[in-house]
Amino acid sequence: MSAESSSGYIKHHLQNLQVCSTQEGWQFNTAENPTLCKGNFNAINVDSMFFSLLLGFVFLWMFRSAAKKATIGVPGKFQAFIELIIDFVGTNVNDTFHGKNRLIAPLGLTIFVWVYMMNLMDLIPVDWIPGLAHSIGIPFLKIVPSTDVNVTFAMSLSIFVLILFYSIKVKGIGGFTKELTMNPFNHWSLIWLNLILELSALIAKPISLSLRLFGNMYAGELIYILIAMMGLYQIPLHFGWSLLHVLVTFLQAFIFMMLTVVYLSLAHEDH
Amino acid sequence: MDFNWTIIGQSIAMLVFVWFTMKNIWPLLDAAIVERQEKIAEGLAAADRSQHDLELAQKSAAETMREAKEKAAELLDQAKKRHAEIVDQAKDDARDEASKIKAGAEAEIEQEVHRAREELRKQVSVLAVAGAEKILQRSIDASAQADILDSLVAEL
Repeated sequence: MSAESSSGYIKHHLQNLQVCSTQEGWQFNTAENPTLCKGNFNAINVDSMFFSLLLGFVFLWMFRSAAKKATIGVPGKFQAFIELIIDFVGTNVNDTFHGKNRLIAPLGLTIFVWVYMMNLMDLIPVDWIPGLAHSIGIPFLKIVPSTDVNVTFAMSLSIFVLILFYSIKVKGIGGFTKELTMNPFNHWSLIWLNLILELSALIAKPISLSLRLFGNMYAGELIYILIAMMGLYQIPLHFGWSLLHVLVTFLQAFIFMMLTVVYLSLAHEDH
Repeated sequence: MDFNWTIIGQSIAMLVFVWFTMKNIWPLLDAAIVERQEKIAEGLAAADRSQHDLELAQKSAAETMREAKEKAAELLDQAKKRHAEIVDQAKDDARDEASKIKAGAEAEIEQEVHRAREELRKQVSVLAVAGAEKILQRSIDASAQADILDSLVAEL
């Protein structure tokens, strides 16, 4: 494979299927013009939206069907599996979050399962679904939504809004302002320094949260693409990398959930 | 790093998912789990309790058994004692009866001896008289000495 075509292969695999508004109306990016929507905010990553929503609905359907049939008696295997996840999330949330908030546990569950499912899409060989899509005329298809920075930032920014909301709700505007201005140096002359420190710490939370997930999954996907270009050698390499990646997908979903709970727990703490 | 409307769409999707989970999934499953935990805890407690009850019942059964054995032994002792008493009583009675019979027999023998002696005495006197008659036949008339003979008989 030449350098030209291998870089093309990589670029092709990392290109979202997008639709954006141009001078000629809403248009998809095409194989001839893959970067049609680059830099245009009036665009939508169709593949990210489709697969993340699909996985989200699969999650809701699975858990809802288990919830509807939930019995107090001996649970079936499916219910036991779902309850295992519920219990796993519930235990971690209760260990970390000590306030009373009915939102935190469901939020943690949604984030954990949804992110994990999106990460698991990475284990499907890189050419299978995009290859199928290509044969019916779809030029690009990224099937791992968590390798899209839009998806990870959407989650982390929603959590950021929740952090701000609960900080103000629990501590009041005064208390929250005081936390930002009077920590760590409790003196009026150092308010500017406190503000710089606290604001950067606050803003670092959603950025680190989303970039950690995005970086891990994007790098993992890139390595899969590189392995896929190695001919026969890819078979043992792909197997080895998948073993490692199974851990990464779980770990990233778990870290995302736990940090969400920790951040919201900090937002509830009144000093 | 290309931001577009996807971020908004994703945020809305996430909020809807979280809301749905909070309303329709988490409470149902959590309630079922908590309720089952309580039920299992109750079951375990009941099992412990019945185990305890069983121990108590075994203990009381052993106690009852021991009491019954003691009671039986006591009854046996009493029966033995009573048996000995009855045997003793019977022996005493028999002895009394025997001595009574012996006394009766002795009295009868005494009487018989007395009667025989009386008979003998009479016969001796008759014999003596007969002898004396024989002796005196030659000289003396028996009727003349009858009073003497009678007094002799009375002395015997």
